[in-house]
Amino acid sequence: MSAESKASGGDGHMGHVTVTNFAGRAHVALNDKPLRANFRRAMDGLMTKRAAQFPDAADLARLRARGAAIKERALARLPELLEQLETRCTANGIKVHWAETTGDANRIVLDIFRSHGVRTVVKGKSMVSEEMHLNAFLGEHGIEAVESDLGEYIIQLAGEMPSHIVMPCIHKNKGQIGQLFSEHIEGQRYTEDVDELTAAARRVMRAKFAEADAGISGVNFAVAETGTLVLIENEGNGRMSTTLPPLHVAVMGIEKLVETLDDIPPLLALLPRSATGQPITTYVNMITSPRKPGEKDGPQEVHLVLLDNGRTRVYADLELRETLRCIRCGACMNHCPVYARVGGHTYDAVYPGPIGKILTPQIAGLDVAEDLPHASSLCNACVEVCPVKIPIADILVRLRREAVRPSASQAVKGGGHGWTLSEASAWAGWKILNAHPALYRMGTGVLATLGNLIPSSLPPLKAWTGVRAKPKFARKTLHQLARDKGFDDA
Amino acid sequence: MSVAHTSTAAPVSVERPSTVYFFGTCLVDMFYPDAGLAGMELLKREGLRVVFPQGQTCCGQPARNCGFFEEARAVIRAQFAAFPEPWPIVVPSGSCAGMMRVHYPQLFADQPDRAQAEAFAARVYELSWFLVHVLDLKLEDKGEPVTVTWHGSCHSMREMGVTDEPKRLLRSLSNVTLVENPRERECCGFGGTFSVRQPEVSAAMVADKIASVEATGASEMVTGDCGCMMNISGAMEKSGSRVRNRHLAEFLLERSDVR
Repeated sequence: MSAESKASGGDGHMGHVTVTNFAGRAHVALNDKPLRANFRRAMDGLMTKRAAQFPDAADLARLRARGAAIKERALARLPELLEQLETRCTANGIKVHWAETTGDANRIVLDIFRSHGVRTVVKGKSMVSEEMHLNAFLGEHGIEAVESDLGEYIIQLAGEMPSHIVMPCIHKNKGQIGQLFSEHIEGQRYTEDVDELTAAARRVMRAKFAEADAGISGVNFAVAETGTLVLIENEGNGRMSTTLPPLHVAVMGIEKLVETLDDIPPLLALLPRSATGQPITTYVNMITSPRKPGEKDGPQEVHLVLLDNGRTRVYADLELRETLRCIRCGACMNHCPVYARVGGHTYDAVYPGPIGKILTPQIAGLDVAEDLPHASSLCNACVEVCPVKIPIADILVRLRREAVRPSASQAVKGGGHGWTLSEASAWAGWKILNAHPALYRMGTGVLATLGNLIPSSLPPLKAWTGVRAKPKFARKTLHQLARDKGFDDA
Repeated sequence: MSVAHTSTAAPVSVERPSTVYFFGTCLVDMFYPDAGLAGMELLKREGLRVVFPQGQTCCGQPARNCGFFEEARAVIRAQFAAFPEPWPIVVPSGSCAGMMRVHYPQLFADQPDRAQAEAFAARVYELSWFLVHVLDLKLEDKGEPVTVTWHGSCHSMREMGVTDEPKRLLRSLSNVTLVENPRERECCGFGGTFSVRQPEVSAAMVADKIASVEATGASEMVTGDCGCMMNISGAMEKSGSRVRNRHLAEFLLERSDVR
């Protein structure tokens, strides 16, 4: 994702120009009543289902600690584990490719397809392929890629980006989907009957599975010890995409690694329950090799494309590295009061919600997405539910810091982009007042007497008083009252 | 004896002290001093000597949350100087307490005065938690029958580990009926500078919060954080809501005062 490839943005807050323009997009989303209702209903349902899956707080705490430890352990050894994965995969007959940028990854996939004369591809759900904008890229080169996950298929028809990393079309209701299907699927009448709509998509999908020259999938976990690619899904489309066509290309971010097969069960105990409130997904695929001699199914060739796309830079900073623990469950967005109101498209990024707010600025740069770390009340609802305990709120604050005062290591691209003289001066003044108690008492004493005369038209107050009454300064400060009432000072 | 006080920090002592510090917070200081005073009176009524250092100012959270760590640290060092004795520091705000208890050690992790920050953080208590676990406060209700609902602040719940403590105090009052808000745990949309950087999202959040409070049918919303209260009561006033807002300390003191 580059600044150039994004839609042109408007003015961000406080005079900064941010490409993401969260406030402007939020304005549109907040006034879209069906959209808000769709998200609110869906997120409420997901929160309830997740809570039902984790009835025991102590069990959940232990499981989350274990999940975090597994990912932390793997990340600590990431370089050597990646080499181990390549060695194992190669030994198993899976061809491994390394891509530094999404452009590199796209070209690798295209080269594989061209050398096999591929014209039609079925795709399982993959967020990394969204990062690559792979469908569009293949389309430009004459290869049709059809999403086989129902939600992804729907947004592909609509020409939209996913609005949620697990439930990509959660922003749409059945009426909107019925409309889309009647327009795009030949012979399909308008209906809001969910079974009929699903059957229609299934008809389309079956034909595509039969004719596809190749399948593309993502990877939920890759096991370094065995060279196994773990892929979980509910519709069976992932299994079809990875077994039916003669060629399978899997794409994954380099952080999706775990050390051993034993690491998989605890993570599977966390991921579907955190994501959709299911005890386990309908399908758990473990792919270790292409079809072996004598086997009746499976692709003749399997390729694995490992994508960096800025992850190495994230990895280099020990605090920011925790971002890479993410197992893409989406619980953070399901529980986010901001996401629930504005929906995924407001973030104008592949990864929306809290995880997107820390991931997007690190991958695209703070010059592109400086406003995202500020689009949070720091309520910590995401931190509370994250199955691998990513300190999202702390990382948001760290990114806010990088935006105004970049670290010596230039940990994040576009650091310093958020600095303005007006804000820096305001905090300098705040510091002088609050670091000197006598000045503070004098200042607050003046505010107690005259503060209520400050006009509401002053910029920060103006934003506040749009929907709220002006705060009223008390006639005496607590400092004064404590002294009056004889409370000791020491 | 010590118990796990927060989900994110080490356990703290629940020994009953003879003297406590009171950190009023800058919002209470300027806008809700009666709430602060009520907290101090409650502690004093339980026989504690309550010390209010005149040198205290702000916990530093606003600057920290905006990424201005050096400015925050300068202000935090002024708090270290203002609270020199090893007494517990009681705070009538989960958010400011969370800043002091959870984020001071982080902010000073690479600073020469790291040990001081950690020792300070370990002495910080949220008021309702202190009243319940340290003082085992018993209240006699002298007020008229009233129906109230509770608003728990994000940081009191998720940084300070305050869960049922304030509601336990409210339920112990015989004439108070506490009705639970199903959306109690959802943020009210304040978030400090968030409310002015993303005013429309913040406005949508507080509007939903008010609707959920009004749906409880309570005539009064009690809370333990004046940041939330400034946001919610300000929006209630603007929208003409008739629900009254008060800080827990003020509510408890008024209903159980022995004057």
